[in-house]
Amino acid sequence: MKRQPISTGSEWTFDLIRQYDREIGRIAERYALDTYPNQIEVITAEQMMDAYASVGMPLGYHHWSYGKQFLHTEKHYKRGQMGLAYEIVINSDPCIAYLMEENTMCMQALVIAHASYGHNSFFKGNYLFRTWTDASSIIDYLVFAKQYIMQCEERHGIDAVEDLLDSCHALMNYGVDRYKRPYPISAEEERRRQKDREEHLQRQINDLWRTIPKGADKGDGQAGNQRFPAEPQENILYFIEKHAPLLEPWKREVVRIVRKIAQYFYPQRQTQVMNEGWATFWHYTLLNDLYDEGLVTDGFMMEFLQSHTSVIYQPGFDSPYYSGINPYTLGFAMYQDIRRICENPTEEDKRWFPDIAGSDWLTTVKFAMNNFKDESFILQFLSPKVIRDLKLFSILDDDRKDELLVPAIHDESGYHTIRELLAAQYNLGNREPNVQVWNVDRRGDRSLTLRHMQHDRKPLGASTDEVLKHLHRLWGFDVHLQSMQDDKLVNTHHMPPRASNEAETDSRFPGMNFA
Amino acid sequence: MSYVIDRRLNGKNKSTVNRQRFLQRYRGHIKKAVEEAVGRRSITDMEHGEQISIPGRDIDEPVLHHGRGGRQTIVHPGNKEFVAGERIPRPQGGGGGQGAGQASNSGEGMDDFVFQITQEEFLDFMFQDLELPNLVKRHLTGTDTFKTVRAGIANEGNPSRINIVRTLRSAHARRIALSGSSRAQLRALKAELERLRLEEPHNFGDIKAAEEEIERLKARINRVPFLDTFDLKYNLLVKHPNPSSKAVMFCLMDVSGSMTQSTKDIAKRFFILLYLFLKRNYDKIDVVFIRHHTSAKEVDEEEFFYSRETGGTIVSSALKMMQEIMAERYPANEWNIYAAQASDGDNWNDDSPLCRDILINQIMPFVQYFTYVEITPREHQALWYEYNQVAEAFSDAFAQQQLVSAADIYPVFRQLFQRRMTS
Repeated sequence: MKRQPISTGSEWTFDLIRQYDREIGRIAERYALDTYPNQIEVITAEQMMDAYASVGMPLGYHHWSYGKQFLHTEKHYKRGQMGLAYEIVINSDPCIAYLMEENTMCMQALVIAHASYGHNSFFKGNYLFRTWTDASSIIDYLVFAKQYIMQCEERHGIDAVEDLLDSCHALMNYGVDRYKRPYPISAEEERRRQKDREEHLQRQINDLWRTIPKGADKGDGQAGNQRFPAEPQENILYFIEKHAPLLEPWKREVVRIVRKIAQYFYPQRQTQVMNEGWATFWHYTLLNDLYDEGLVTDGFMMEFLQSHTSVIYQPGFDSPYYSGINPYTLGFAMYQDIRRICENPTEEDKRWFPDIAGSDWLTTVKFAMNNFKDESFILQFLSPKVIRDLKLFSILDDDRKDELLVPAIHDESGYHTIRELLAAQYNLGNREPNVQVWNVDRRGDRSLTLRHMQHDRKPLGASTDEVLKHLHRLWGFDVHLQSMQDDKLVNTHHMPPRASNEAETDSRFPGMNFA
Repeated sequence: MSYVIDRRLNGKNKSTVNRQRFLQRYRGHIKKAVEEAVGRRSITDMEHGEQISIPGRDIDEPVLHHGRGGRQTIVHPGNKEFVAGERIPRPQGGGGGQGAGQASNSGEGMDDFVFQITQEEFLDFMFQDLELPNLVKRHLTGTDTFKTVRAGIANEGNPSRINIVRTLRSAHARRIALSGSSRAQLRALKAELERLRLEEPHNFGDIKAAEEEIERLKARINRVPFLDTFDLKYNLLVKHPNPSSKAVMFCLMDVSGSMTQSTKDIAKRFFILLYLFLKRNYDKIDVVFIRHHTSAKEVDEEEFFYSRETGGTIVSSALKMMQEIMAERYPANEWNIYAAQASDGDNWNDDSPLCRDILINQIMPFVQYFTYVEITPREHQALWYEYNQVAEAFSDAFAQQQLVSAADIYPVFRQLFQRRMTS
């Protein structure tokens, strides 16, 4: 039974958008996609560039780096080197998705399916987002952050705030708790507690740095030798906020804001493949269903497939356009494959995935969406078929060897290796250097020592010293960074930098640096 | 349930602040780029924005990341001929596909960051730290234009300016004030009358007296006029002097045989630069073009720059004409007068002292700023030395500089208009 198509032209109207949304929503309900309410906002290309510049935050504090981002986007867009993304979607409740005015009706429908049903259900369902972010309060919190930073600019000058934000941004990726669940953030709560916190914090810090030793400490050499913090701390910004000796209270608050926002984006960085794959899988499924019901025309489908295929285009490693694995491609291929394994399992699938082969596909893909992050998702669900289809192979580049080695390719003996390697590649812990707060010289020069645990002898990149400058600005005293490989010290960085030969002598005469 | 919202009318340019912060932060780079651009481009397309390029490393936001080296294993798609266990030579310089994953990590920062600034921003940077000398004059003089502004309420005025609300309010207040005691008596009497009618219905005398009194009071209340002349309120308009921000720019150029087209081009660039700069300071600008060889002539722009003349040079003819035009059309109390003279320095020798006299006595007292540029690679001639004396007499309003090539225009311009410390 074919029905009348919803529209035949490529022009969109608000009525049409509502109709498409209603139909797509109806089909999504058939698949029991659990979503936040949708808020679909139509914006212009310029507004889209604004949204881009603020890294997808609907409102952000002012900072030059967003201006840089904006200029960059604007230039590329105006020259036609880049189309703007079809959509930006915000993990909030209600879930805000932006549609661009310039899009055709088909693109609008694609974006609605992709963002308002795909991403939206991922935000609501995935365990990382459920644990780490609080969709209902993020907008409030951003408003609070923006206002607070504006007040600071008025009180302390734009330059002072900008310097501080620069330093915080440099350490933003080290401002997240990776294992501990944070308290949900609430703007109201923040505002109420902020005053107390300022006073309380300052008092705590004063205690830590009290220079007059207590009577009991006298002659007790043991206590003095203990490291502080007792355990290495991975959340450097948190450590700064709580323990930096010279930070004024408002600065601590700003550090906290940057840290909270980093935390909010943390799940997104860990679920790129899954999130984009999931959204792509659903726009593909939902729009195909619309077509099967006769609600969209052949022309619509042609346009849709054209954009869809360009979204999931994966150039080969030797193509000039190659810049790593396209998360859309990998994610989409994997969800499609899970569905195939459930619906039409082959012998191989039954061997590899005895649990899911032949099971209900909808339950299985939802399970796969709910309970994993990129790393574990790939480890669990990357099938030999996807490896073969994408012709995945690995390259081992060891700087001690003259030649590169191909340890595994897409064949029977390589599937396991490829799967493990690819999963490890998406492990944020491997992608970012493992740097933690190791010690503070409380009795001496108050210097802060970080430790970098090298993984596979991978050194730190070129901008390390720049980052240390920022850390030095926050900490206020000397900062050292030690690179360790298997408990052996292989490299050190110092800020302020010191000549290599004085490294030994200098430490015997700790000096105070109040700069 | 979905809401569809049209946000297109909401403010765009949310990033304006961030954009400005960025420009502010890198103003050193941008200024340098702008200065280079000014030297490079033809002055006629000064009215465009400019592409600015900043070295990537200056603009990087540093983060901790992995560098090259160590053991790195990366999975790539699109295998064609590799087999497991194969050894391949390391491609040099990140070429081929193998290194691409890393190259985008560490190589990204090395490209120049390129972006566009608008014409407005371009001119801002171009004229940064420059100022028009003697701007103070426009606040002191030229106040014969006025604008009327509302200044509250007055008791006198013209009937078309009556403020009805305030008038009626004041009439109402007056009526309440004037009839207040009568009304109080009236209320008391009415109550008394009521009481009398109930309690002493046969006491006609008192009832009648009360009734008469009530009538009398009502008449008295009615006599208070609804509207009286002193209720009338008028919107007050006052005249504020409007400082004149009109400027006239005199362009004087020697077009005698010794001026070549390239010299004239240089002069033209200088004039346009000055014009753009004045335009940023004044709402309305008149430009007067005077060209001269042995005699001066007021011409339009096209003729000024492009028609060819030959002959000797008498500079004073142009100065005389400028003085006449000033006296006739641009009284100094209304107009801010700027003048720029370009010449190759040639003049009929006996004429130079005359030029000096005209300048000192008839022109300099009235102009804000007079700039003289001599476009010549040669030795200065008499005119320059005579003008030196003018410069001494009017050190804050007269400046002269020498231009040799087009590349000097902008630096010289900056020198002429650089911000001075006011003593």
